[in-house]
Amino acid sequence: MKALAISAVLLAAGLFAAPAQAKLKVFACEPEWASLVHELAGDKVDVDSATTALQDVHVVEAKPSLIAKVRAANLVVCTGAELEVGWLPMLVRQSGNASVAPGTPGSFMAAPQVKMLEKPSAVDRANGDVHPDGNPHVQLDPRRVLVIAKALDARLVQLDPTNAAVYQQRLGDFTNRWLTAMSRWKTEAAPLRGRKVVVHHISWVYLWDWLGIEQIGALEPKPSVPPTSAHLSSLIATTKSSNTLAIIRAAYQDPKPADWLAGRTGVPAVTLPYTVGGDAQSKDLFGLFDSTLSKLLAAAKSGAAK
Amino acid sequence: MRKTLLGLAVLPLSLLSAMPMPALAAAPSQTEAQRIAALEAKVEALEAELQAMKSAAPTAVATQPAAAPVAQGQNASAEAEVDSLAASPAETEAASSAPASVAAPAGDSGGGSNANAFNPAISIILNGSYTHHSLDPDAYARSGFPLSGEGRPAPDGFSLGESELSFASNIDDKLYGQLTLTASSEDGQDHVGVEEAFIDTTSLPANFSLRAGRFYSDIGYLNGHHAHTDNFFDRPLPYQAFLGNQYGDDGVQVKWLAPTATFLEFGAEAFRGNNYPSGGAQNGGLGTRTLFVHTGGDVGGENAWLAGVSMLKTKAEGAEDGFSGDTTVYIADGTWKWAPQGNFKDGGITVRGEYFLDQRHGQFEYQDPDSAGPQLPLVVLWDGARRGAYLEGIYRLNRTWDVGYRYDRLWSDAGNPFAIVAGNFDPYRHTAELTWRNSEFSLVRLQLSHDKPNPDDSDNAVTVQYQTSLGAHGAHKF
Repeated sequence: MKALAISAVLLAAGLFAAPAQAKLKVFACEPEWASLVHELAGDKVDVDSATTALQDVHVVEAKPSLIAKVRAANLVVCTGAELEVGWLPMLVRQSGNASVAPGTPGSFMAAPQVKMLEKPSAVDRANGDVHPDGNPHVQLDPRRVLVIAKALDARLVQLDPTNAAVYQQRLGDFTNRWLTAMSRWKTEAAPLRGRKVVVHHISWVYLWDWLGIEQIGALEPKPSVPPTSAHLSSLIATTKSSNTLAIIRAAYQDPKPADWLAGRTGVPAVTLPYTVGGDAQSKDLFGLFDSTLSKLLAAAKSGAAK
Repeated sequence: MRKTLLGLAVLPLSLLSAMPMPALAAAPSQTEAQRIAALEAKVEALEAELQAMKSAAPTAVATQPAAAPVAQGQNASAEAEVDSLAASPAETEAASSAPASVAAPAGDSGGGSNANAFNPAISIILNGSYTHHSLDPDAYARSGFPLSGEGRPAPDGFSLGESELSFASNIDDKLYGQLTLTASSEDGQDHVGVEEAFIDTTSLPANFSLRAGRFYSDIGYLNGHHAHTDNFFDRPLPYQAFLGNQYGDDGVQVKWLAPTATFLEFGAEAFRGNNYPSGGAQNGGLGTRTLFVHTGGDVGGENAWLAGVSMLKTKAEGAEDGFSGDTTVYIADGTWKWAPQGNFKDGGITVRGEYFLDQRHGQFEYQDPDSAGPQLPLVVLWDGARRGAYLEGIYRLNRTWDVGYRYDRLWSDAGNPFAIVAGNFDPYRHTAELTWRNSEFSLVRLQLSHDKPNPDDSDNAVTVQYQTSLGAHGAHKF
């Protein structure tokens, strides 16, 4: 009975106390998009990331706290391309928030804004956790990040026209700083071009596409199937013989398989931040690429010194 | 009570009728001029890219002073390269207007005349088990708590259990629909049943949502969850005894999510009242009403919790256990999950418990099996309260393995007419499980249980179960 009374009161409060037009509330599925929203909107919006760099975004749970956040959001910024298929649709449905439903202006998906790689010709779960639209991990190519920034900025302008000038000005500023950084990164990354890597999960294809690095193997026998010792053993010969730069894993992944292969091949295992917050240096998108490049270059240097 | 219920039901209805037309989200179809403009822009970008490739090739590697300000031309060429990576307008449009992120078939993105593109997401759960009981399931009798609905021991030997086929899709811009069919086997007879068939609103204002059709009530924790998301092979004793395993019926539901930082959800339901613990569709086919509140949140980044209180009130005429009268079931539920860094699929601990109070006010009719002569039903007036609870803990070792333990118990009440022995006996059970997952989509589970349904018998059971999920990747509730 008491619960009833409370419910009635809250019901009334929710219906009649229409809140004054507050700041745009943005729900970002991943830290990289929260960081991008921050670059484009500054303090004009409240942005919250659903996950951290230490979580595997393929398998996040539709936690109550996330439902409450989606409920309050005016804009949802996620990767899309089925990366969040196991939780985002449930959050949106349970939140009852029609303004962020798929296909509405309040739902912004990053991956469909850019040309995607590794679109499978056949979709079969026997091949592991494949994404029919292509590899969704687009945040590791700064060129694609800029494309997404432009589209996202247009969406912010559409949803919050009163601050349009701010969003446009900040996009211009971000674009300039980003292009400058990109040209610096390009120069720095020159020694990496043409090198070969082994990865834990195939989440790096856009980084390799940008840097001109070749991926020669993955520790997971199939995407999202945990590494097995038989599969790892089969990688030893290739990894050894190819003058491999490094074995790459993300901050959230189990370090053991990469360490195992590193111990047997002498190729260094390198933990890359993968997204904003993945290490101390990756405080924002600029830091993410600074850190990623410096770690890859350190691996190249240590390899050359041997 | 009744007034509040009515209020809850009427409010959203009036909102529905007063709802303004939402702004049309769909972009207007592109005009010819826009298309040409887009193509021109693309050609320009490609030209710029080519130009950039030609001019950048000799200089890029050798001659760039590290800290010098970037020349305008270089930025421009980089920008052109960036532009070439944008999805083409046709692609973007196709992608953003795709229905939900339910598995849209990987069709051609250019065309639009593929009839299958609108097919609902199809998901199939294939499930099977082998069980061996030390006590013959046919001789199984739970003192004080007659077996009702599907709340009974699994049959000995191989069994399909429940395999289900589910279709789900957005119906239009305001409705979502789902149909779940189950195939099960009983005494060699195959049954195909409609487990759930409901529509949901997707665009009511003020975070209301309505559901209508046949569906599982959202009372408690497990009741709203399909069995294939459970941590154990069977439902805990209080679910078996008080809800016939899982209470679902034909009805309507309204839910509202409060505008609070902590998850706080209120809901009310009205059901026909056909299924146990109800029966006979009383009150003109509005035999069952429920109310529930769920709340939940995080504690730091590694802990998440969910709790709720629920009430189910029903008027029954000849329920499956022979009861006629008023039944009220109160449920308190709580779930706590801890996982290192919040990676719940990779490790951690889940603890869940629910407490049930079942109040009956009415009469119980039964045939005395021992009486000789004409079979006249015996009528016993009963005003009592029985209780039940379970507590389970699951330890997830890694993405592949988990191990769990559950204790469930029922408490009888003085004068319980269902008691098969004199005096009060409270049935209880210990259950342990071990689960191996090959992927997110398949698992094999071993379960051992020790069940004490009455003072004289005990049942030790071993079950091996497989469970797989085919087709669309459905998102699961917490």
